[in-house]
Amino acid sequence: MPRLWLEKRKDIPWWIGGTLSVLSVILALGAGGGLLLALGVSPWEAYVTMFRGALGNWYGLSETVVKAIPLAMAGLAVSLAFRMQVWNIGAEGQILLGALATAATVRYAFVDNFFVMLFLMMLSAALAGGLWGALAGWLKGRWRVNEIISTLMMNYIALHTVDYFIYGPWRDPASLGFPMTAPFPPAARLPLFLDTRVHLGIFFALILAGALYFFFRWTRWGFEVRVLGENPQVAHYAGIPYVRNVVLLMFFSGALAGLAGMGEIAGLQGRMQPGFSPGYGYTAIIVAWLARLNPGAILGVAFFMGALLVGGDTLQVVLRLPLASTHIIQGCILIFLLGGDVWRTHRIRLFRDKKC
Amino acid sequence: MEYLIPIMAAAVRSGTPILFATLGELLTERVGVMNLGLEGIMLMGSLSGFWGALVFSNPWAGIALAVLVGMALSALHAVLCVSLGANQVVSGLALAMFGTGTSALLGKNLVGVTIPGLPAAPLPGLAELPWVGPILFSHDVLVYGGFILTAFLAWFLYFTRGGLNLRAAGEAPRVVDAAGLSAVRLRYLYTILGGGLVGLGGAYMSVVYTKMWAEMMTAGRGWIALALVIFGLWHPVRSALGAYFFGGVGALQLRMQAGGTTVPAPLLMMLPYVMTIAVLFVIAVRKGYAVSLGAPRSLGVPYHREERDG
Repeated sequence: MPRLWLEKRKDIPWWIGGTLSVLSVILALGAGGGLLLALGVSPWEAYVTMFRGALGNWYGLSETVVKAIPLAMAGLAVSLAFRMQVWNIGAEGQILLGALATAATVRYAFVDNFFVMLFLMMLSAALAGGLWGALAGWLKGRWRVNEIISTLMMNYIALHTVDYFIYGPWRDPASLGFPMTAPFPPAARLPLFLDTRVHLGIFFALILAGALYFFFRWTRWGFEVRVLGENPQVAHYAGIPYVRNVVLLMFFSGALAGLAGMGEIAGLQGRMQPGFSPGYGYTAIIVAWLARLNPGAILGVAFFMGALLVGGDTLQVVLRLPLASTHIIQGCILIFLLGGDVWRTHRIRLFRDKKC
Repeated sequence: MEYLIPIMAAAVRSGTPILFATLGELLTERVGVMNLGLEGIMLMGSLSGFWGALVFSNPWAGIALAVLVGMALSALHAVLCVSLGANQVVSGLALAMFGTGTSALLGKNLVGVTIPGLPAAPLPGLAELPWVGPILFSHDVLVYGGFILTAFLAWFLYFTRGGLNLRAAGEAPRVVDAAGLSAVRLRYLYTILGGGLVGLGGAYMSVVYTKMWAEMMTAGRGWIALALVIFGLWHPVRSALGAYFFGGVGALQLRMQAGGTTVPAPLLMMLPYVMTIAVLFVIAVRKGYAVSLGAPRSLGVPYHREERDG
């Protein structure tokens, strides 16, 4: 009987990571097309519709950028933790709490000056997201509580906390019973550019990507984090403190996600309402993985995933397909990426067992 | 106190889908594989169960189909995580996304249709008992199946050779291999069986509990089940009690909203998640640096027979 044999590669070719990422996207689009065919929808028509909707005109393009902003920031956030092999699945919760803190600042500490508000909102969002992340980091570092479980659970705690406020005490009396806060005053809104909904957050994303590149490439702490991730034993011998680094790293990871949450409600929505983050924190995990944690590539992949989301919106309107259909493509990309990753680290050989 | 009876009976019923998913994940985690895809697998189970029950006009056909679909999806997870050594967290999340999306897409024409579901089957004799009768023994067959399965797993895991092998594959797969068994085969087997149970939980939602299909109808029960496995410290009976308890929280919440009580629903909804973290924390503190809180030692660690342990 022929059998597969995995043989570890001595060195990993530089081109293989990116190639596998592109391949898994193509295969995922193929698999999604198969499902569409099963439903009697022409995949070609669906993909053309998506492409036209997301990239075919100025409005679609700007909406793609709008969605790419939180994806890039949250992607950078989780990539920071992933570098240390800390699996921060909690970007969604950190986004939500960042947004919650922003709304609280606007509600209780409003000053009628844009720059003061920008500073206060950034500070509170980063602190809220950061502390939410640092809590999971502390639980992991000090008490060995699995961060995957804790961050996942904390996402739901954050979600219900946000619901509590927008369905309860913070609901706008003028909203006719809709669960949403009152609209933010102009001083608490991020500026928009070029008559689109693209907001100041785009510069946050670009600056943060540059900062992360610099951090891992040129700073001592960035190097320590990489060592902790790639070889914890070496890090231990070298005296790099684990607990402190996990807590700090999770703080910064959460803070970036929290800023993404601020951008969503102060830049885009102008108020807090349910579902303002349609799972950006989870999609960010795919973004970080597809980009192989490379900050520059995260920007590109975030743009691609943004296009996928906008395309999904178009698909819903034009072909009446459920919005959740884009999850299929996202899920398939991840599945193929994972399945293909073994080629990165291993050669696969086919052996025929000799009869003995 | 009489008014508690219908609430507790409702708790048992609404806890049953969570129970099956919890026991499925428990099997999977006990053998050393973490499957975060529960929500997606449950949704696919709900959809295929409903579709099967509708098309074959037989609820059992739907339930059987849901189990098969659950097994197929978790088999994919097993290929990625056991054979290819992929990251289990990411693979599970991928399954959750895939299942959510696929069920929404394929089920879009089934929204609004209803089916008869399973008839109630009060157990003769037992159902007439005061308290216990209406709470435990006046339900459908699958609810009793949940009781039996919980008891069976508690016995199987701790009092049989098969259960010992299962747990060993989750604690020390290398030892299992050294003993002449195949850790890889065990991991495949129980990951797939566990996935079947998760699919069954999903089918209970659509075929028995609501008798209809709706997009995202499991509403986070998959994630609660994931929490309950830890909450129950990987023991079937404790996890089952948790499932019924949170089934009860869900049932109580509906009643309280109807009764106009002021405790806000979102605060009740976050209870399972807060308690899971609290339990993990309390146990970690009490045992000092407890690496394994009853958690399978090799949980989430890919196993390669050919390579040395790090």
